[in-house]
Amino acid sequence: MKILVCITNVPDTTAKITFTDNDTKLNKAGIPYIIGPYDDYALARGVELKEQTGGSLTVLHVGEADADPQIRKALAIGADDAIRINADPLDSYFTAFQIAQVAKPGTYDLILMGRESIDYNSGVVHGLVGEMLGIASYSPVMKLEITGSTATLSREIDGGKEVLQAPLPLVLGCQEPIAEWKIPNMRGIMTARTKPLQVLEPVALEELTTPQKYTLPTPKGACKMIPASEAGTLIRLLQTEAKVL
Amino acid sequence: MSVLIYVELDNGSIKKTSLEAVAFGSKVAEKIGEKAVVLAIGHAASAELEKAGNYGASKVLHAADAKLTHENAMAYADVLVQAASQESSKVIILAKSGLGDALAARAAAKLKAGIVSGVTALPEIGDSFQVTRSIFTGKAFATTEIKSDIKILVVRKNAIEIDDSPVSTVQAEITAFTPPLRDEDFQASVSKVEKASSELSLTEAEIIVSGGRGMKGPENWQPLIDLAKALGAATGCSKPVSDLDWRPHHEHIGQTGIKVAPNLYIACGISGAIQHLAGVNGSKCIVVINKDPEAPFFKAADYGIIGDVFEILPKLTEAAKSLK
Repeated sequence: MKILVCITNVPDTTAKITFTDNDTKLNKAGIPYIIGPYDDYALARGVELKEQTGGSLTVLHVGEADADPQIRKALAIGADDAIRINADPLDSYFTAFQIAQVAKPGTYDLILMGRESIDYNSGVVHGLVGEMLGIASYSPVMKLEITGSTATLSREIDGGKEVLQAPLPLVLGCQEPIAEWKIPNMRGIMTARTKPLQVLEPVALEELTTPQKYTLPTPKGACKMIPASEAGTLIRLLQTEAKVL
Repeated sequence: MSVLIYVELDNGSIKKTSLEAVAFGSKVAEKIGEKAVVLAIGHAASAELEKAGNYGASKVLHAADAKLTHENAMAYADVLVQAASQESSKVIILAKSGLGDALAARAAAKLKAGIVSGVTALPEIGDSFQVTRSIFTGKAFATTEIKSDIKILVVRKNAIEIDDSPVSTVQAEITAFTPPLRDEDFQASVSKVEKASSELSLTEAEIIVSGGRGMKGPENWQPLIDLAKALGAATGCSKPVSDLDWRPHHEHIGQTGIKVAPNLYIACGISGAIQHLAGVNGSKCIVVINKDPEAPFFKAADYGIIGDVFEILPKLTEAAKSLK
């Protein structure tokens, strides 16, 4: 089985977000970058499935060279090779389009990624890729087993979950508890250095959306403290002052 | 030409977030001088679909083919695109949810449309079409221009204020919509559906009472559930609580769990790690109850009580009951 895992390179969840260049660019200074947490789950399950089925796993990233440490980490965790599309992705459509160029029909049996990136939170790339390749997509997938050419998966639906069987190939957006995150071991880190990382230029695409500017939320006013002994008065304040009851 | 709004049905009712999408779409239609058309897929009574008229839609297309009873993003997107083509829709609006994002994505790929998900306010329409959306899990906003001919917007909860019982201004005409369906969209078979039917869905809830490790164990949840009941609220929890299996995973609110935007969020014994805050920063009003005065959550709160949750919760429940 041939597996493709798409990863994002995103600011750590605890990073403080600020902007530069007149609020048109993210201020990357001092921000630690990580593999998207949801992509990390997809990668972990991908590695397990590769080992079970004796297949291969390619990791794919659409982005610039500053993501290479994260791509090497994915190789250290167990990917066989990597592809980076050398572009600053403008939007979800662009990213999905580049992924679809690499994953042309017949190339991969399973395309895994996180349910959403934690920078833009769109959660639409798996659906876009699925449609571009003319195959089914599901998200968020919390459990995944492959038997022959059929996937059995459990995914979250509003207020619950469902289990379904679908034929491969598939595009899946993953989230916990699909697998436990994997930490690379020393041997993995050593072998990752020599695994192939192919850098490709993007395929041209007309611009559908253009980012204009970024803003930060207006800071909250001070928190109004209520003594524990008068806790009941909170309910009245919520009704008359905050008007949320 | 038109603005097309997809509404999500839950047991034959239009979801509240979808009614917001109808109100949002009607405002966009007004701005560009077009009519607002609604598409509903699945089973629903005409009286329920007429509600869309109260929020500004002039027409409702109802696709009720039995094959469409089960949620299926592939088939639904195909129906959506056929509706958009019939109605010459230039803007397509959906409410943000797993299904909404999947439909929007597949429709965008079919139509080569610019897509923006997580929209928080009505678009600015002048020489260009600009939308603002939430990014970095609520830590910032981005304004984006959509340049494509057809534009797809996936709208967050509370992007627009709606009236719970609006006066009918437009009589929506309800039309059966029966486009051809493609066999290849029905290859999956669903073997099991588990729905927590009696519980309120977190993404739709107006009030949420949520518990963290400060609740000290799953056996202590009753006072929190009592308050939720008295307020008509849904219950949620922090990541450690769901990791410890004190509460089910679908209650986990935060960066890697569910993102919520209720009118009122009450956090009990949750310290307020940045990953939890990321899941609740769309809330209108936040109340924090914690025994630790240094808990970072107080900085993000509108109201705070420092003290023992087990003493405070019953007092709040009592006060909430006497409201009615």
